[in-house]
Amino acid sequence: MSTTPAAAEFKKEAAVITRDLRHRAVIRGALKKYEVVRDDKKARFQNWQQARYLASDIKWDAVNHLDTYLAEFAKNLEARGGKVHWASDAAQAREIILGIVKEKNAKAIVKSKVMTGEEIHINEALEEAGYEVVESDLGEYICQLRKEAPYHFVFPAMHLTRGEISQTFTKELGSAPTNSPEELTMIARRVLREKYIKADIGISGANFAIAETGMISITENEGNARLTCALPKTHIALMGIEKLLPKLSDLALFLPMLGTAGCGQLLTGYNTMYGGPKQPGEADGPEEFHVVLLDNRRTDLLASSEQRDALQCMRCGACLNVCPIYKNIGGHTYGTTYQGPIGSVITPHLRNLQEFKHLVFCSSLCGACTEACPVKIDLHHHLLQSRRDAIAEKAVWWERLTFKACAVIFNHAWVFSLGEKLGRIGQIFHPLIKNTPLDPARAWTASRELPKVAPQTFREWWSHRK
Amino acid sequence: MNDQREQLLTRVRKALEVPAEKPAGHHDQASEPRIAGKHAATEWLPLVGPSFEERLALYAKNAKELTADFRFIQGGIPALVAELQEIAKTEGWTGVATHAGELTEAAAGALGLPVVRTECGYDVDALEKCSAGITACEALVAQTGSVLVTSRSSGGRALSVLPPHHVVVARREQIVADMTEAYALLASRYSESGYPSMISFISGPSRTGDIERILVLGAHGPKRLTVLCI
Amino acid sequence: MNITLFVPCYIDACYPKVGQSVVEILERLGHTIDCPREITCCGQPSFNSGYWDETREVAVKVLDRLKDAEVVVIISGSCGAMVKNFYPELFKGRPEEAAALALSEKVYEFSDFLVTKLGVTDLGARFPHKVTFHDGCHGRRELGIKAQPRALMAQVKGLELIEMEEAETCCGFGGTFSAKFPSVSSAMGEGKIASALETEAEYIVSNDSSCLMHQQGLIDRQNKPIKTIHLAEVLNHR
Ligand code: SF4
Repeated sequence: MSTTPAAAEFKKEAAVITRDLRHRAVIRGALKKYEVVRDDKKARFQNWQQARYLASDIKWDAVNHLDTYLAEFAKNLEARGGKVHWASDAAQAREIILGIVKEKNAKAIVKSKVMTGEEIHINEALEEAGYEVVESDLGEYICQLRKEAPYHFVFPAMHLTRGEISQTFTKELGSAPTNSPEELTMIARRVLREKYIKADIGISGANFAIAETGMISITENEGNARLTCALPKTHIALMGIEKLLPKLSDLALFLPMLGTAGCGQLLTGYNTMYGGPKQPGEADGPEEFHVVLLDNRRTDLLASSEQRDALQCMRCGACLNVCPIYKNIGGHTYGTTYQGPIGSVITPHLRNLQEFKHLVFCSSLCGACTEACPVKIDLHHHLLQSRRDAIAEKAVWWERLTFKACAVIFNHAWVFSLGEKLGRIGQIFHPLIKNTPLDPARAWTASRELPKVAPQTFREWWSHRK
Repeated sequence: MNDQREQLLTRVRKALEVPAEKPAGHHDQASEPRIAGKHAATEWLPLVGPSFEERLALYAKNAKELTADFRFIQGGIPALVAELQEIAKTEGWTGVATHAGELTEAAAGALGLPVVRTECGYDVDALEKCSAGITACEALVAQTGSVLVTSRSSGGRALSVLPPHHVVVARREQIVADMTEAYALLASRYSESGYPSMISFISGPSRTGDIERILVLGAHGPKRLTVLCI
Repeated sequence: MNITLFVPCYIDACYPKVGQSVVEILERLGHTIDCPREITCCGQPSFNSGYWDETREVAVKVLDRLKDAEVVVIISGSCGAMVKNFYPELFKGRPEEAAALALSEKVYEFSDFLVTKLGVTDLGARFPHKVTFHDGCHGRRELGIKAQPRALMAQVKGLELIEMEEAETCCGFGGTFSAKFPSVSSAMGEGKIASALETEAEYIVSNDSSCLMHQQGLIDRQNKPIKTIHLAEVLNHR
């Protein structure tokens, strides 16, 4: 494969981490717990599989009428005093958010989990402009303290043990070392409480946006988003344009599906819909509510006649959790905002196919992701299509030559038989070079034994027999 | 701003001019085929029995699993007040916060503790220092064991999430079967007059699994959730 | 029935006994077998690598050589999926599309053919061993095969099937993926084999020799106490 810097880095890291048995054990351990609760909740559905068809239909409709639903959403939210901003790309989104923050003369900013924020690097932009930004989701907060990217877009700190987290807290917060997840959580709780009370701006993401009522919906467990959207005077929600759902009542299906697929919870701790700033007669809430709708090349994906369904994604993370590639290479190796199968599908569209084509090739196309996806995105099949597109755009000369040669071999049985005979001779001498730089099969033999060409092939047997 | 809006919407429209086919699920043969016909979400979501007793039992089971403390109380408001006094005593409450409402006022008023009221604005520090937030709710959802609150029904946005203990006072008529019914109820209450600015399904106390996927309660919000239902 | 047997390239070269077993089983059931010499490979390696033009060069020949077959049996879930699911896609909007769809209709993976098409499960086999089964991903998710091999194994005398936890998890072969990303592929295979070892089975059985080739390669390199065997060989064992 022609190698881009991103691909080289990816291969290098993958080779290291796949041999890291400790990493393997931590991830398996964490995901085992997830699998047990997920299966238990799925079993409570009268029919999980049929629910997937329904959810997929609703999302398909939403994505295919995105223009209508976006306009409806904006109109309804504006009628309730919300402000809607339209950002074509990351730079525009950053500019919009920075503009609001400056106008408000903000001093402290608290954030609940926003994956689109990672996508547009909003923290870096705000910090560069001199603002303090604090992540309030526990996992994100840990990553922020460690100056690491989230490892998983639902479980950001899944790769860390309590010992490592305790070390981070001791180093960054000066807390006493502890081995108890409970105590660690309480340390973060105490620090972050202060931040909430002081913050003048809260930034959140959105899991869904409802066209019918002009609301956004946020799914979380900790209550950090609830606080982020309750205490600061200004609330900014940043979301991709694909998050639209037609009706408020659609959430009756989507919230339990998101909770079940994502965390193995029928509903996560808090599923909250926000429609505007504080309304007349209400006790509290922000004075201003801004929603920033981000395109950032989602419309390129929307224009793909084959892969449009990838915009149905609700970022539940289920496809990561079942992905044997993800489990072995881990979230950081991807080097992308969105990891796992969905990340490998959308990143080439949102960024660049040639630069990220290694992601579409780094898959056994096993389809576990497609089977897990609650909205039935054809994930592994899209990887296959992107391989075709990547090669059509820019083939690798020696690969093309090899496959051309293979076509000749396969199309002429006698050439194929000759090849088998040569293989039989070759394998006599192969041990001399096995797993050395001279070995043409080294990609295989570095970790595996080669199969042997049989003394009599099937075809030879068949023709003898006749 | 209008420019950016038009630009973005134009790009969306242009993208949608390309016709797309919905994947037919050919590559997901491990999953069962679709059952033909038109179907509603309630048919596939977890089953809820038709009688009040079944719903009550399911709510209690789900709430317990979520580690919420659900108490179904016979004996009306006086019994509820007594129950709450007991909790306040055991936990050594020093002050509570609440909002206007028949049940909330009866409950909070009988504790003999300082009460912060949120409906006309409040001091955040004072609210933060309260031992408990006592709120009413829109509904209790049997299917999921959730409490449905809104900024209108439950004293704003912070009251149900800032104090360390959230106490919900509810009446038995407020138990609804499932999520679909909960949304239908919201629509019947608010679709004409305007929805509250915050609607939240609360399912158990605040929780996190961010450290080794081990459950810890009270991550940012309340460590305890008590639902008193008369 | 006149059955045309599609013996994939790696089975022909490295696992002839798998093909022989299939022939013997089907003949014992009274069918006539034809193994066209000129059909060697379905073209999946180039297809999965993105080289669809080169794949079509191979696939048109396959279409042509199988056009008159009554029914086609492929001894691999993966190659079966290629011909059944992906040929129609490969030729979509092309003159060969109709032929691809026609072939798709009459192609069966071996275990599926026995159970679904022939309605046979008891082949009079004896295999007195503890085994565990690996569901090849393409057979499982592209063709929906799960019950068929189990129904067949249930009738094998002496065979004790112990399901492994990761039966449906990919073993990491993935065709050219195994050579493009050998470290990832091997790590996945190690997970698979570890799961199989937990069952204390003597054999990993599968209906896909390609997966088994990868697993056996790892087993041999790491000297793991387990062997691999194709389902057809088990069913032909007496
Ligand atoms: S692609 Fe599907 S499974 Fe993966 S995160 Fe999105 S919705 Fe979840």
